[in-house]
Amino acid sequence: MVPISYYLILSGILFACGVIGFLIKRNIITIFMSIELMLNGVNLSFVAFAAQWHHLSGQVFVFFVMVVAAAEATVGLAIIIAVFRTRETLNVDQVNLLKL
Amino acid sequence: MTPSLHLWLIPVLPLIGAALNGFFGRRLSRQAVAAVALTFCGGAFLMALYVAARFSSLDLPHAEFLAHWIRSGDFMVNFEFYLDQLTLVMLLVVTGVGFLIHIYSVGYMWEEGGFYRFFSYLNLFMFFMLTLVLAGNYLQMFIGWEGVGLASYLLIGFWFTKDSAASAGKKAFIVNRIGDFGFLIALFLMIKHFGSLNFGQVFSAVSSLPAETVGFGLLTSIGLLLMVGAAGKSAQIPLYVWLPDAMEGPTPVSALIHAATMVTAGVYMVARSHVIFDHAPNALTVVAIIGTLTALFAATIGIAQTDIKKVLAYSTISQLGYMFMACGVAAYSAGIFHLMTHAFFKGLLFLAAGSVIHAVGGEQDMRKMGGLRQYIPWTFMTMSAATFAIAGFPPLAGFFSKDEILARAYEANLAYWFIGVTTAFITSFYMFRLWFLTFFSDYRGRDAAGHGHAQAHVHAGHGDPHESPMVMLVPLMILALLSVIGGWVGIGGRFEHFLAPVFGEGASTVATEALSRSTEIMLMVISVAAAFLGFYFAYLLYLKRPDLPQKIADALGGLYEAVVHKYYVDEIYAMLLVKPLIDASTRILWHGVDQAVIDAAVNDTAYGARHVSDAARHMQSGNVRSYAGWLAAGGAVIIAYMIWMGVQ
Repeated sequence: MVPISYYLILSGILFACGVIGFLIKRNIITIFMSIELMLNGVNLSFVAFAAQWHHLSGQVFVFFVMVVAAAEATVGLAIIIAVFRTRETLNVDQVNLLKL
Repeated sequence: MTPSLHLWLIPVLPLIGAALNGFFGRRLSRQAVAAVALTFCGGAFLMALYVAARFSSLDLPHAEFLAHWIRSGDFMVNFEFYLDQLTLVMLLVVTGVGFLIHIYSVGYMWEEGGFYRFFSYLNLFMFFMLTLVLAGNYLQMFIGWEGVGLASYLLIGFWFTKDSAASAGKKAFIVNRIGDFGFLIALFLMIKHFGSLNFGQVFSAVSSLPAETVGFGLLTSIGLLLMVGAAGKSAQIPLYVWLPDAMEGPTPVSALIHAATMVTAGVYMVARSHVIFDHAPNALTVVAIIGTLTALFAATIGIAQTDIKKVLAYSTISQLGYMFMACGVAAYSAGIFHLMTHAFFKGLLFLAAGSVIHAVGGEQDMRKMGGLRQYIPWTFMTMSAATFAIAGFPPLAGFFSKDEILARAYEANLAYWFIGVTTAFITSFYMFRLWFLTFFSDYRGRDAAGHGHAQAHVHAGHGDPHESPMVMLVPLMILALLSVIGGWVGIGGRFEHFLAPVFGEGASTVATEALSRSTEIMLMVISVAAAFLGFYFAYLLYLKRPDLPQKIADALGGLYEAVVHKYYVDEIYAMLLVKPLIDASTRILWHGVDQAVIDAAVNDTAYGARHVSDAARHMQSGNVRSYAGWLAAGGAVIIAYMIWMGVQ
């Protein structure tokens, strides 16, 4: 059996990649994908602990995270499309005003 | 228990008048404003007459309780009214003379702007003056005391667009503050030591104490502090300086407030507090000395004044000095008697002077008058009555009251009497100087270059001097009648006997008996001679030999200059008190405390907040990635903290 530390390190690496991508990327789509990466990094640690302790609540929590992430993805993509229609750019540095 | 007379109505009626005119007067016609003011002031007068009519059936002193005001532990102050013989005299003088002056003002102020404002203030003054007179305790008296000061301030500065009027109002108010400060401390001492401000309770507490013949004890302190208050309100040395400047106000105001009523409040207060003064002979001596010196000092200044109202102002100060002299020798009823007759003839003098000023189109300089008796015969006749009355010619009002004071001063101390007689001579001289300059020889107004001077009311199309309308002349005639016969109530000591229950039998009646008939007649002859002498000198200098005054002035040189400049008292005060005070206030309080501490604290707090915000503002740039950076950094800090804590 693969020790839990492997899963946790992989989860940490995924989360760190997400954070770095979130901070350094300018394209909104990429930032959005980085957020998904962070979520899934966390999801991985949830299922790893669930398998380790034979406890279902971790698995159930992952489903909730996926559902929320799916909902968030629809809303987020809708906002991105709306921003692109008015600004004609996906560069976040140029999206610095609250009004459209 | 005597039935309630509803004494509270007496002050409240003028207050209603003041409120009506003050709030709605702007929209009313002049006729309506005058009607409101006269109705409510006349109502107060009728109430006073009603009280006088019921007076013999009352248990005196008659007190009426209206409401509780302050209740703090054992200390209590009520709204209460107090009526005795002294109150009645003051009540009749204030409402009677006040009502006449209200009538006169309708004519005098008819052409002026702010007609409703004038009558609102005038009624307000009546309210406060009647509160002062009817008060049953010192605190209520103090309300009236401050209130009349306010009304005086408002009316002196009535023509507030004129700089001199505005600053005269301020001067009166500030100088009065000094006196009020003394009065207030006296009240605090009473609260501390007697636990009450009610007249009855304070006086019975004082009566049980032994008289302070030596040293400087509680009663002497209270007496002197009350005298400080009285000196402020009644324009005595050293606080008299505001009264001459107060002549900037309209003339009826000078007559009502600065001659007949308000300035006598100090005399009334000293007479009302006579129990305290009787137990503090040293304080009483100070009262007598201040009164005597003021009488002489102000009279000498009056000689050289050329403004008709200024002469009367200094004359008022001098006559008030007589009243204090009387109080100071424990002849309170003589002081109140002179207060009453003075209200008649000095009120009349001011009103007549107003009529003269009216006649010559706002001119106040007597050197530009002259010969007016042909033009304004009624004013001339009434003013003559007042002039002879104040000079002390028998059998006019001033003769009786002044003679009474001088006789009592003679018993107390020859020096008071001597200065008093000298002052009587000077009074007679400057009053007849005014009389001759104004009414005799030829009219000098026409050759004067400019006609409309600083005075606010310059009547258009002014030709020869003209007589005032009836509405102004009738009050003059009534007051002239009172100036003639007003002193007769004092014949045979009747006035004194009337007031005797207030001031205690002892002092008053013994005194009348003390002087032998021959001494009394001698004193009377001397004071009448002084009056005649004054008349003769004035006649000689200002009618017979008009060139002489200038020669005498030249001969006197520096002394004359000093008198013309009122002994430079204003300048000395300015140098010794006003300028250092202003300088210190400017440097320490304004630049030092206000700007360097208070303003600096407030402004620096604001600047500090601005700098901090300026720095923090950069966190919110609107750049999404910088927000993300802050978020990540914050998360990192929290994780680092938790790890560190976990290690612990």
